[in-house]
Amino acid sequence: MAKKKFVLHFPEESVEKPVTYHLVKDYNLIPNILRAQIDENEGTLVVDLQGSAEQIDRGVIFLKDQGVGIQEAIQDLVINRDRCVDCGSCTGVCKPGALAIGPDDWELKFDLDKCIFCELCINTCPTRAIKVQF
Amino acid sequence: MAVKKTYEEINEKIRRGEAVVVTAEEIIGIVNDEGVEKAAQKVDVITTGTFGPMCSTGAFINFGHSDPPIKMTKVWLNDVPAYAGLAAVDAYIGATELSETQGMNYGGAYVIEDLIAGKNVKLEAEAYGTDCYPRKDIVTYISKDTLNEVYLFNPRNAYQNYAVAVNSSARMLYTYMGTLLPKLGNATYCSAGQLSPLLNDPFYRTIGIGTRVFLAGMQGYVAWQGTQFNPQQTRSENGVPIGTGGTLALIGNLKDMNTEFIRAATFHNYGTTMFVGVGIPIPVLDEDVVEKASVSDKDIYTTIVDYSVPQRSKPNFGKVNYAELRSGKIEINGKTVRTAPISSLNKARKIAATLKEWIKQGNFFLQQPVENFSLDQTFKPLEIVTEEEI
Ligand code: SF4
Ligand code: SF4
Repeated sequence: MAKKKFVLHFPEESVEKPVTYHLVKDYNLIPNILRAQIDENEGTLVVDLQGSAEQIDRGVIFLKDQGVGIQEAIQDLVINRDRCVDCGSCTGVCKPGALAIGPDDWELKFDLDKCIFCELCINTCPTRAIKVQF
Repeated sequence: MAVKKTYEEINEKIRRGEAVVVTAEEIIGIVNDEGVEKAAQKVDVITTGTFGPMCSTGAFINFGHSDPPIKMTKVWLNDVPAYAGLAAVDAYIGATELSETQGMNYGGAYVIEDLIAGKNVKLEAEAYGTDCYPRKDIVTYISKDTLNEVYLFNPRNAYQNYAVAVNSSARMLYTYMGTLLPKLGNATYCSAGQLSPLLNDPFYRTIGIGTRVFLAGMQGYVAWQGTQFNPQQTRSENGVPIGTGGTLALIGNLKDMNTEFIRAATFHNYGTTMFVGVGIPIPVLDEDVVEKASVSDKDIYTTIVDYSVPQRSKPNFGKVNYAELRSGKIEINGKTVRTAPISSLNKARKIAATLKEWIKQGNFFLQQPVENFSLDQTFKPLEIVTEEEI
């Protein structure tokens, strides 16, 4: 049995599709939804897919066919505290609020449990303090 | 009884270690509790601070003369072009100049940070050669210790106030106000608000040419009004400009600076810039000074500007104050929009606190401006005209 973490991006038109049902039924995979985020343009799911390596590969092909954007999730983000100046720029692109600043000490806080691995913060950080870890 | 204090009296108290110094955040509570008059009697100096990206930042450098000597006409520092249209071995490196080999990943701001950090920097120069300066090219290494003079001269720092940036278009925008998400996905703002230097002295009574300031961890000076100085900006009743307003040109010795308070940065798809830390002490000359410096975020307004319109005058979505911005969300056209700062309040507080300590310990004295800024000046645009039309 293998387990892999993926980020799924659902464009507006496929948000309603019951893809997890098919992953279970047709591909014998056990999807475990870690986080979900839906806004006006798209939906994002962070899932663990559990099954044989071959089944996972087939499941990924199925998802792509359904028009779902899929990428293997990074494991973690690392913030280099020596570079970070606590400006807060990164919090402006972090929709789920994994990166947050304020309201008292105005020091940047990162909560991995909320991160949907969109990686928007990486380029947004002006001091290049945020690095991905695979 | 009206309070009156002179610079000499305040400096004498600093010398004796008796000056009462508070930050521009602390004064708000003191005035709330005790009133303006008591606060003015009790407090001698109010310290401010700001730490934000300031593109108009750069350094003058004198390299010293090589043997045989060269009159440098083109200069590169770590592959970043510097301006050399000055005397033989003088140059100016600007923060936003990009590396010719690394593009936006490295630039003038990074050269300045590397010099402050004590790192070695590659110097390359070309020349046409003269009788007195025969050498035509040079490649060597420098550090701040090998240079004669190296000082920051920043034509525009410490904007009094700044607009809030939003993006109403359908695509992501990469700007000097950070990444702006489509369809009003976020709003970014860039000011230390109630702690920011010029917001605490809105009519530049105590901040003028010659004022001694905290600049990037050392003692620097206000050299001139900053470029795009705009004292005629619309102001609230309390005198605070609702938008850019005044600016400062600052000068200070790079050799004494500290990278904790100045930092190179890159705005994605925009270019390089420099976070600069500035702190200015405000002497309590009378009650008016205290009243102005006790302004708080809820009374400082700015305008929400749509950056998706690539024109000089952009449409706006009305006004908002810094207390609302700091709350993390504001309303625009009935929609709740997440806000994010671009400048660091955490660093601004460290700067105001450091300056407070310096003054309390008698290591920093107040300098009365040798000249104040004119309030009459207007801010002019650049029109595209023919020679006859101008
Ligand atoms: S990758 Fe960055 S911006 Fe995206 S959710 Fe995680 S922390 Fe937030
Ligand atoms: S954008 Fe970068 S420097 Fe600014 S708070 Fe986030 S991690 Fe720190």
